[in-house]
Amino acid sequence: MSVKLTASALAIAAVSATGANAQSRDQVQIAGSSTVLPYASIVAEAFGENFDFPTPVVQSGGSSAGLAQFCEGVGENQIDIANASRAIRDSEVETCAENGVDEIIEVRIGYDGIVFASQIDGPEFTAFEPEQWYNALAAEKMVDGEMVANDAMNWSEIDESLPDAEILAFIPATNHGTREVFEEKVLLQGCEDSGAMQAMMDAGMDEDATEEACMSVRNDGAAVEIQGDYTETLNRLNQNPNGVGVFGLAFYENNTDTLKVATMSGVEPTTETIAAGDYPVSRPLYFYLKKAHIGVIPGLKEYASFFVSDEIAGAGGPLANYGLVPDPELAATQSMIENEETM
Amino acid sequence: MTDITPDHEGPGARQGGSIMRQTARTRKRNAAERRFEMYGMAAIAFGVFALIWLLTTILSNGLSSFSQTYITIPVAFAEETLDPEGNRNRAEMQKVTTFSYKPLIGEALIEAVDAGNMRPEGMPDAEIAAMVSNDAAAQLRDRVLADPKMIGTEETVEILAGGRIDGYLKGRVTMASAELDRNVTPDQLRLAGVMEGNGLLEKRLNWRFLTAPDASENRPEVAGLGVAILGSAYMMLIVLVLALPIGVAASIYLEEFAPTNRLTDIIEVNISNLAAVPSIVFGILGLAIFINFLGLPQSAPIVGGLVLTLMTLPTIIISTRASLKSVPPSIRDAALGVGASKMQAVFHHVLPLAMPGILTGTIIGLAQALGETAPLLLIGMVAFVREFPDAPPEGFFDPASALPVQIYNWTQRADPAFVERASGAIIVLLGFLLVMNIIAIVLRRRFERRW
Repeated sequence: MSVKLTASALAIAAVSATGANAQSRDQVQIAGSSTVLPYASIVAEAFGENFDFPTPVVQSGGSSAGLAQFCEGVGENQIDIANASRAIRDSEVETCAENGVDEIIEVRIGYDGIVFASQIDGPEFTAFEPEQWYNALAAEKMVDGEMVANDAMNWSEIDESLPDAEILAFIPATNHGTREVFEEKVLLQGCEDSGAMQAMMDAGMDEDATEEACMSVRNDGAAVEIQGDYTETLNRLNQNPNGVGVFGLAFYENNTDTLKVATMSGVEPTTETIAAGDYPVSRPLYFYLKKAHIGVIPGLKEYASFFVSDEIAGAGGPLANYGLVPDPELAATQSMIENEETM
Repeated sequence: MTDITPDHEGPGARQGGSIMRQTARTRKRNAAERRFEMYGMAAIAFGVFALIWLLTTILSNGLSSFSQTYITIPVAFAEETLDPEGNRNRAEMQKVTTFSYKPLIGEALIEAVDAGNMRPEGMPDAEIAAMVSNDAAAQLRDRVLADPKMIGTEETVEILAGGRIDGYLKGRVTMASAELDRNVTPDQLRLAGVMEGNGLLEKRLNWRFLTAPDASENRPEVAGLGVAILGSAYMMLIVLVLALPIGVAASIYLEEFAPTNRLTDIIEVNISNLAAVPSIVFGILGLAIFINFLGLPQSAPIVGGLVLTLMTLPTIIISTRASLKSVPPSIRDAALGVGASKMQAVFHHVLPLAMPGILTGTIIGLAQALGETAPLLLIGMVAFVREFPDAPPEGFFDPASALPVQIYNWTQRADPAFVERASGAIIVLLGFLLVMNIIAIVLRRRFERRW
């Protein structure tokens, strides 16, 4: 027995001894948006196989969590890059600066389309307008100068062109960056288009209250907020033939055999229509880089330039094939990384 | 004799006569008993049904991940693309990226298809070239860099087929779904069928699923569990090496040596409470202490192992104390009686007898730790990791994934092929848990002593 105990004690000693001289990190560490994750992992994989540097490690967990981690400080046990499906907020830049992360390089990698899709054999949801979504999902609507709860239960009540199916929309929950885009580009837009915004202003509401009313979503079961990923939305759609889900373009492109996409404002979502700016619901994707880590962590700058190189992020590259909409201003981004220009 | 007449009407007597005949009350009691038995059987039947259902779904979804579709074709390693300078200089050849290798494989496949006259009518070249896995280029590049003599020759190589083609051979992709699917065309499936008939394409056992690292969403066909299994193994090693001695030492002290007072009572209550703390809390603790305070690296098995050690300790302490308690006091008394010191009594007599129970508890604690994802989320182990960690002890500080994490990651991927991968990974995880539990049972059976 005593032999065993001595062996265990030695093992503990060995573990703690190596802990004391933890060696320097040789791979790039990335965290952040789950929307950017597939793109980042495709790039990381190609980077690892084409360069002598090890494959970067990509964590997921959401834009906000990633940026929070990013802003924790500079050092080897801090991440080098934060992926984000939205631009960094001023408050986050401040937190970063407080913790010594003051030189941040902002890299826009391209655009992501947000699409509205339903079961392929389900009701004929083929064309939507933002106005219809606002009318279907608003928590309260203005009727005769007063705000009353939204009681529309059927899409055909909203618009006769829509199928006779109950309103059941699977929308991203507030933990997703996608929700912000959905609120701004669909609900707010619809609110404005339908004249509801004007009506609310006329009724004496101030601008902030109007916007809030426009973007508040009903919680009587017609709109289901999805906390998880698009796979969860897809599962919910499979169980509800009448449901309509909000997806990323890349996710839809991978599941065209089970999903049917609807046009928004008459435009079909494709990488081309999004790149041309015709399709209304899209957003830029970013990653943020600590300049202080360049030169310390091997391969960091190479990874960043590889990510935005034409053969990766350009048209026809693996990212575009997967569903990323290439950024027309990619050349500017490339030179920005080359010169290490911070925000 | 006459005063002892059976009195059926009197108090305490059976009402209704013979003991053989059931009264209403007996019937009611018997019915209640039968009902209770039925409830029990129904509960078991429900459990068995749920288990069978779960296992059939997982097995039917996941078993196919252990086989993979391969294409065997001759590929010409053209010098002008792979080594334009012609110096066979490794640095120069490395500049040729996988993007240049890809067309090479596409051309080779088109040539092979046309040589066998297999091309479905009107099928464009690009569709044929797209049937190969995106990983094939990387595979060939590694081979060429390892053996530059290949350049300029033609060699028959085995490359993986794309995920959708593989899905067709496994029955996941059908002609009907291919009509609607933008990533595959019915022509590609038809060609795959013809190629299979001609022996160019073959589905067979795929050990790479257990050895290869994770792959990006573009190549579900090469995604494997290698890094995850290694990461989990490292963490289990750390948990075993740390939790077993600490847990056993704590239990022996508390059980055999510690005085019974307020302090030990508080410690005891807290150990029981710790066993019930949600595992994510240990993750937060790990982030704060091991990463932010001690400065250990992110995503490393050492941090995961330490966090899981903290999580497993209460389980091990509780089961160790229980097995120490179950050793009869007569053993201790006898040892002390013949003049052994307290320590001798414990280490020579009590501990060996308690060992089977301790080991069982440890293995069950390890099995619990093996399946844990939540604490790993916060210490950066829920990540895309493709590099294998080094051998221990340095490898403990390299980034790695873990089995449950890999399952969680794969269920979130967009490509439907990852559903199969995730189920396959669940089978592997269940396999490991089964083995650990069997070891626990065997140890208990072999070494357990009853008094």
